[in-house]
Amino acid sequence: MAETKATLTIAGKSYASRLIIGTGKYKSYAENAAALESSGADIVTVAVRRVNLSDPTKERLTDHIDPKKVTFLPNTAGCFTADEALRTLRLAREAGDWKLVKLEVLADQKTLYPDMEETLRAAKVLIAEGFEVMVYCSDDPVYAKKLEDAGCVAIMPLGSLIGSGLGVQNPVNIRLIAEQSRVPVIVDAGVGTASDAAIAMELGVDGVLMNTAIAEAKDPIRMARAMKHAVIAGREAYLAGRMPKKKYADPSSPLGGLI
Amino acid sequence: MRLTVNGEVREAPDSATLAELLASLGIETGRVAVERNREIAPRSQWTDIALSEGDQLEIVQFVGGG
Repeated sequence: MAETKATLTIAGKSYASRLIIGTGKYKSYAENAAALESSGADIVTVAVRRVNLSDPTKERLTDHIDPKKVTFLPNTAGCFTADEALRTLRLAREAGDWKLVKLEVLADQKTLYPDMEETLRAAKVLIAEGFEVMVYCSDDPVYAKKLEDAGCVAIMPLGSLIGSGLGVQNPVNIRLIAEQSRVPVIVDAGVGTASDAAIAMELGVDGVLMNTAIAEAKDPIRMARAMKHAVIAGREAYLAGRMPKKKYADPSSPLGGLI
Repeated sequence: MRLTVNGEVREAPDSATLAELLASLGIETGRVAVERNREIAPRSQWTDIALSEGDQLEIVQFVGGG
């Protein structure tokens, strides 16, 4: 049972769970908090948005999820240029007084595919300013290496498009990135159900980040629990090493001694 | 004086500081960040920052997101 309790270490800090969940799209912050509890996740992604001036006392995320107990990972969702992402994360650092962030610079609304040129540019600036950058990226191993070389603390390739639930569409590339990286690799986006998370983990990645798969399940709290188990199962299967695939049947019962 | 706060035009007394503006808007200051004319206004300086006519302010907080 050597590795069951093993932790995910990002930028020198260890987390018990290899699952990171989002905090968007839930019916309420209360449901979100309950899903977080059943997922066992130690890190949640959060967005940075304007305070509602007409009702500044409106219910807040931090009323339900305590940033002292759970690591808040501010993201740059909705940013389509490096400059927008930089502005957002500088504000996030000021608001939360922590430097671990999730960088994503998107190319277009239809696919929310990462703009890798802008992403790399923003990553370099943030790292120079002392941020610890977990980076949402394409599943291109070449760009993944460039981001790692620039100093990103986690590489987070998409399994498939954000919010699509299509699972890991390019397992070969995800495996290549997992093999080559010396920093944690986290599949970010695309997971639709528990088996998708297990498949990602079986490829050898260090963790999975998801939002919609839990938030838009019919029962988000139950799905959060399913994801917790799927991530553990996938990690264990990866470490156990799967049997080779065979073309034909291979009986499990002895052939000798048949009556 | 007139200020633009989160995209809305607001009136404030001529001598107002940033801390006074936040109080007048009823904003709880825990875990919000403020940008003034595209520059971060550090929390430690809110009581010292005197606002000027036409200032553009952004006041943000953490919300749910993926």
